[in-house]
This record gives sequence, structure tokens and C-alpha cells, in this order.
Amino acid sequence: MVDAGTLALVAMAVAALSGAPGLVWRKRGPEIAAVAMALASGFALGAAGWALTLPAPPLVASTSLDLVGAGYLVPRVDALSAVFLAATAIVAAAAALFGAGYWRDAEQPVAPATRLLLGFAVAGIFGVEVATDGISFLVSWEVMAFSAFGLVMTLHRDPTVRSAGWLYLVTTRAATLALIAAFALLVALTGTLALTTLPVGLADTTAGSLLFLLFLVGFGIKAGMFPFHFWLPPAHAAAPGHVSAMMSGVLIKTGIYGLFRFFSLVPDPPLWWGVVVFLLGAASAVLGVIWALGSHDLKRLLAYHSVENIGIILLGLGLAMVGRTLDRPEWVVLGMAGALLHVLNHAIFKSLLFLGAGAVDHACHTRSLDRLGGLAKAMPVTAATFLVGAAAICGLPPFNGFCSEWLIYLGLFQGARGGWALSAIGLTALVLTGGLALACFAKAGGAVFLGEPRSPATAHAHEAGRPERAAMTALASLCLVIGLSLPLLAPLLEAAARAAAPELPADVSSFAASLQPLWVTAVAVAGLLLGLMLWRWLGRRVRASPRAPTWDCGYAAPTARMQYTASSFAAPLTSQLRLILVPEQHLPRLRAREGAPATSRTLFPAYAEFRNHAVDLVLDRGITPVASAIGRGIARLHIAQHGRMPIYLAYVVATLVALLLWSQQ
Amino acid sequence: MTASAANAPVWVQALLALGHVAVLLGLSPLLLGVVVRVKAWFAGRKGPPLLQPYFELAKLLRKGAVVSQSTTWVFRLGPVAGVVTALVAGLFVPLGGSPSPFAFAGDLVLVAYLFALGRFATVLSALDTGSAFEGMGASREVAFSCLVEPALFLGWLALAQLLAVDAPLTLTNLLAIGGNAWVAHPGALLLVVGAWVLVVLAENCRIPFDDPNTHLELTMIHEVMVLDHSGPMLGLVEYGAALKLAVTSSLVLGLLLPSTGRPALDLGIAVGGLLVLAGLIGVVESVLARQRLLRVPMLLVTASLMAAFSVALVAMR
Repeated sequence: MVDAGTLALVAMAVAALSGAPGLVWRKRGPEIAAVAMALASGFALGAAGWALTLPAPPLVASTSLDLVGAGYLVPRVDALSAVFLAATAIVAAAAALFGAGYWRDAEQPVAPATRLLLGFAVAGIFGVEVATDGISFLVSWEVMAFSAFGLVMTLHRDPTVRSAGWLYLVTTRAATLALIAAFALLVALTGTLALTTLPVGLADTTAGSLLFLLFLVGFGIKAGMFPFHFWLPPAHAAAPGHVSAMMSGVLIKTGIYGLFRFFSLVPDPPLWWGVVVFLLGAASAVLGVIWALGSHDLKRLLAYHSVENIGIILLGLGLAMVGRTLDRPEWVVLGMAGALLHVLNHAIFKSLLFLGAGAVDHACHTRSLDRLGGLAKAMPVTAATFLVGAAAICGLPPFNGFCSEWLIYLGLFQGARGGWALSAIGLTALVLTGGLALACFAKAGGAVFLGEPRSPATAHAHEAGRPERAAMTALASLCLVIGLSLPLLAPLLEAAARAAAPELPADVSSFAASLQPLWVTAVAVAGLLLGLMLWRWLGRRVRASPRAPTWDCGYAAPTARMQYTASSFAAPLTSQLRLILVPEQHLPRLRAREGAPATSRTLFPAYAEFRNHAVDLVLDRGITPVASAIGRGIARLHIAQHGRMPIYLAYVVATLVALLLWSQQ
Repeated sequence: MTASAANAPVWVQALLALGHVAVLLGLSPLLLGVVVRVKAWFAGRKGPPLLQPYFELAKLLRKGAVVSQSTTWVFRLGPVAGVVTALVAGLFVPLGGSPSPFAFAGDLVLVAYLFALGRFATVLSALDTGSAFEGMGASREVAFSCLVEPALFLGWLALAQLLAVDAPLTLTNLLAIGGNAWVAHPGALLLVVGAWVLVVLAENCRIPFDDPNTHLELTMIHEVMVLDHSGPMLGLVEYGAALKLAVTSSLVLGLLLPSTGRPALDLGIAVGGLLVLAGLIGVVESVLARQRLLRVPMLLVTASLMAAFSVALVAMR
């Protein structure tokens, strides 16, 4: 029988095979991969639409642990999966389209392998999102995690890429370890691997708490939640543009999906679960955006913004969980709807921004904000779509980011009105995040696209090719369309929220009616049209105006190097935030020029370099020192390691004797 | 559409909405004229005519412009967004006791984010010129606004806690509770008004945060961002600033002026209230010195703390 699950299975198969024809028929590989991925996306979107409009089939899951028994490896798509499937499908299609133009095989010999791995990763993500039992969940999870490792390592000749790749591998292993432990505990507690509702009362036991913490760590690492975010910025900066788009846009969302799915199975979460998720969300949001503000690398900056947006999603989820415990359906539906819509929205605008960053990287061969500039003239489409994405990620109306943040704001206001004091903290965190994100994207958009080029490579940039432009334009249009159509999406979001919180009473269906009425869209469209008219009128008025250099307060010959740089732009904020944005400065040692006597003090020193970057508090001040201390401790055991066979044999004999003696007791 | 005027006939509501828009569009430059006049009076000068801002707008819109070679299409976004966002936000903000033409639950978030949209466009326009001075102004603008927004939102949160449980969370409802709550929660409301007065001064680049008449670019915030805008573009910038002054002032006014129940009277009182507030801004600008730039963040954090204390005060009652 054909159902949404079957469609999802077809989508998985097509996505997994999308890169295969290109291995043999290399000339047409990019196009075939793009078309196949578009097809897979179509199937996945079909499955999502099916699940959002029709009730999901009952869960057919085996209650035995016999792997060949019925009920294993059966995909099922409900409204909750559908939101994630849709986000994955949209981003996968856009990334494959972008990749078709971005990485020609002639320039990049690894391009076919990248396409193959991208297909595997997408299939793995689809698999995670439709799995109904622990085994198929973990298998899909590993397919996704390992192909992502390959994708991060694409440009492995670069040492920074290798270190980012290893860091990613170690953290993703840690995540899987936590998840395997969690699923094992689940089997021990419920006797089945199927993802079915947990018995009432289990959540309040010690075992239930352990289950929550294991899932929180496993999924939190994958999602890039603070304090497990540290692998994300280097890994996402290391991968090629369209791969980063895929990873930051949807791959990290599998962690969020896991949390949503787990909580949907718990009928009675204790209050502290929701509070922990809520507070971690607030911390991720604020710290993520602050670290982004301190980043000078365009893709690293975007990656830190993923931490921020995961935080916003967790704020909504945490509010919904607290609402479930305290029996406040309104908080649940607003928090869930906001978080789920933000999952979709973040997938769209973050992949758009990463594609733009990829196009910039390709055109200028640098991602350093302090070397770019003025690209809006050479790359008008990239600039316009990037700025749309920037406005969307800052939550500015009329783009999609506003809708989801608005829902979460509304939920937080209702939480405070209902007497939950922590709402005020979440609200303050969200407001601060919004303001700092605006500062950060004014910095990034301004430093990359506006003003004058800051380096020769930037001055000779070229616009991205046609497939890249098509992918970016499609995503930017989606930002606007979703931003204007919240009233139409409300019933779908409610269906998804109901799948994630099954006990929601039916009378919350007033949710859709209480949301932004349709005339708000009309006001927004009227405002947009008025703005467009004024903008064009100004354009006509100034078309014939004389052009002159920028008026620099009487200075007649401004140069590109006099511009405010990204670092100086962010300085008023970063200098106030030194507690979090700990700066690490590499001061130059002034040395004599070559040829001059080494001891002489000279008026003309040699070329020196000053570098200054913000350290990642968790990685550079927490994990790395601890890990190296453990490493030093273990190194002491080297005295037992000689490489001489007789001594090792002596160890074996000694162990045997010891065991014998022990067994005699 | 609105709560308090919902029982009036449709044509009365439409007329009121038109009156609201007309007051916003027509009256806001006059507020700037009042500020300047009051400052002149304090300084012992005669001062320009009250209608001078209108004459200047008319002049600027007729004039030609000089455009920087560095700029692109982004350059025109700032002036346009300044006017459009302030106007659309004004549609959701009640004028004193007179309800806003449009209202929906959660419209307050839209108003705050419309201001942010206008700011984003202005900052991008400034950065489009590639000028060090304009970059500096843009940098300060985004840094300070991060500290302004919490004061606005926390003030709303304090009021939201006082709102009846089943009343929709609209800006009109929220500001209307100012009328009754002054008796029960005078301290909390006073803190909100204090915080928001600072917000109005900071958002509109007034002393003690910024001086619109300063002549030293290094100390400017907002004025330095529009150094390169001339002619009709500068006209739109000035007009947008006037609109924003009117809209943000009416936030404070809404808390202070209760509704009399007669919409036309409310609108008239609100116009008077706006003019009085503009006069008060003139007084503040005359008697206070501008804060040093390094002090500005502290003053803004003070505003946020006042709002946060009002949230705590209400929550504890």
C-alpha cells in the first residue's frame, strides 16, 4: 500500500543514489545529481504534505527484540516528521542545484565523491526523520554522521580542515555513544526498541532522568547546543559552501528532531526537564550570537549563528515542555509551533546564507571579513539574496524569521502572564539575541557586500553562475513567501504541535484564529509596495545626479583601507563583552629586516603580523586543557611500553598468575 | 478591529483611522519645530518659525542630490525604510487614549521589529558609502540599540502581567491599562514611564544620548550615518525621523492618557499631549548636557534595569 512512509522511502533511495551515475558518467554528473535530488525532494515534500493534511497511520512496531520480526525498518511519517522532512527536502534540492554549478569536476577532482556523500547524508537524514525503532534510527544516524565526516574532510589537504574533521568525528562519536546508551536503557525499561509512548510515571524515576540526560547530551551535541557547540563552527567553516548549507541548515536539526520525538513519547515530563531545555536554549541563543559577533571568518560567523538559532528553537521547545507539565495548552501550542516553524525557517535562511558565503568564497578566495567588501556591484544577485537572508535571520518583518520568533515571543508573554517567572529571562534573552544578531549581520553584510573592495582579489570578483543564482533566489523568495503566509501555515503547525504533544485538547484549535489575521499580510504587502514605489521614485530622482567620491568630512581622496572594518564595527559591543569573548592576541615581535645585523635596533623593521581572535570558551578554555591533561596523565604509562616482545610476554604471564591467584581466593 | 472602538459604526472607525494616519503624517514634523523653538526660547533666542521643518522638507524634496560613487541600490533603502517602517508601526500604536487603527494579539513585537528593520536598512545605507565616519555611526547605532530594546520589551512585560487574563495582547489593550493601574501599581508604572522616556530619547537620537545639532562628526551617532544622503533622500530621512519621534512618543503618551470614551476628543487630547511631550524634550535638551559616548551604555542599561524592576514589582504583588 502506498502511504507517506513509502514516499519517504522512495525519497531516501533516490537521494542515496543521486551521486552514483556521476561516478561513471562524469560529464553529466552534476546535472544528474541535481535532478535526482530535486526528484527526491519532491517525493519527500509529497510525504510531508500527505502527513500534514491526513492523519498518520498507527505505529506498527514490533514489541519483540527479534530484528527480523515484523515492525522493524517500517518508515512512518507523522506531522512532526513532516516539518523536518520538508525542511530537509527544500535545502537538499537547493544545495544540489547550487553544487551543480559551484563545483565543476574540472576544478575539483573530489566533486563526484562529494556528490555521492551528499546523497548518502540526505538519505540518512530522511531515514532518521521517519524511523520508528531504535535500530533504524541509529543506522540512519550513523549513515548521516559518517557521510558528514567525509563531507567535512572534502578539502583535507588544508590542515585546519583536518583538525576540524577530527574534532567533528570525536564529538559525533560521543553523541552516538550517548544515544546507544539511551536506546539500550530504553529497551531495558520498556522491553521494546520501538519508539512508542513511555509508561506513565517512568519519567519521574532516576532511570527516567538518566534517559532524559543521555538523550539531551546525544541530541544536544548533534544540534550544537551550548555547551556542546564547539565542534560546529570549525566543521561548518571547513566544508564547501553547499555542504555547509546542508549541514547547518538541516543536519544539525536531526538533534532537534530527536529531542522533539523523545519528548512526544513522554506523557508526563517533570518540570525540571523543560526548565533545563529552556535555560540551555537561552544560553545557546545569547552566547552563540556573541561568539558570532567576535568571528571574522564569514562561514564561522554563520556557524555560530546556527548555535544561536538552535537556542531559539530550544526556547520554544522548553516553553512547550513546561506548558505540558503545568497543563497550559496555550504555551504548548505557541512554543511548539514557534519552534517547529523556526526549524523550517532556519533551514531556509541559513542554507541561503551559506550558499551566499560559498559564492563569495569562490569568487574572492577568501572568507575573511576584513579582506572583502564592495561585492554588491560585482555580485548583485548574491548580495540581494544574502541581505534578504540576513534580514530573515535577524527576525525582521516581512521575512520568515519574524513569524517563528513572533510565535515564541507570544508564548513567552503568555508564560509571564500565567505566572511563570522564568519567562522574563527567556524574553530578555530573545530580545538581546535579536539586537545582537542585527548588529552581527549589519557587520557581515556591510563588510562583505557594501563599501569598497578591501583587497585586489575582491576587486575582480565575478557573479555566481546561473544554477547558483537560481538556488539562492529560490530560497530568498521562500523567506518572503513564508513570512507573508503565517495565517495559512497555522493549521499545519498546529497539526505538527499535536503530533509532538498528543494530549493537547481539541479546543486549542482557536490557535489558528487567534494568530495574525490575514489582513496583517495585506498591511505588510501594502507597506512593501509603498517602500518599492518610494525606492524607485528615489532612483529616478537621483539617476541624473552627479556622482562624486564619498564625502569623508572634507578629506578629498578616501581609500578603501580607510573604511570601517568588520572588527572595528563590532568593537563597541565586543569590548563590552570581554568576559565571554575572551580575545587572544598574537602581538608582533618587531625584528630587524633581513641582512641587517640581528642585534641592531633599526628604524625599518621587517614585515610583522598582528593577529587577534576570540577564543571559544568551551573548547579552548574547557575541553582542550582537560583533554591534554588527561593525555599527559596517560603518557606516564609510556614507561610500561617498550616495544620489546619478552617484556610484553612477561606482562601476560604476570596477568595470568594474578588471575590464577585471584580465582583461588 | 480594535477593542475599545469596536462598538462604533464602521464609518466612524474608518474616519478615526484616517484621522490617526493624518495626525501621524501631518503633525510629526511640527514636533521637531516645537523642540527647536523651546530650545531657542531657553537660549534666549527667537528661533525659527514653528513650521520650519515643513519648509525644509519641501526644499529637500525639490532639490537635486550628489550621490557617492561607492554606493549601490542599497543606499536608497535606508531613507525609504525609515519612512515606511515608522508609518506602518504607527498604525499599531495608539495615540494617547485613542486606539490604534489596527491591532492584533502580539502586534507589539511587530512594532519593535519594524523599528529594527528601519535601523537595519539605515545602517546598511551608511555602510554602503564606505566612509569611515558613517561606519562609525552605524557601529554605535547597532551597539546602543541592543541595550534599548530590552527596556521596551520588559516594560511591555510588566504591563502584560497586569492585563486581564483573557484580553488579547495588543498594544492598545496594554497601554490602556495605564489608566486604572496608576492607583494599584504606581511604582511599577512610574518605572516603566521612566524607562520609556529614556527609550524615546535614545531612539530619536536626543540629548543626553546623541545631539542632532552637533557639528563634530566624531561624536555623532545618527547624524553621521546620513552624511552622504542629500536632496530627496535626506528629506525622507528627516521625515522618517519625525515620524519615529511621533510614534515612540505616543507609546509613553498611551500610558499617561486614559481614554475618555469619546474617540474624537481622545485624538484631540493626544495631539495636545504629543506637542507637550515635544516641548518637554526641548526642555531636556536645554537643561542637560550630552553624555560622553562611554557613558551612554550605562544610561541605557539603567533604562533596562528600571523596566526589569517594574516586572519584578508587578510579579511580586
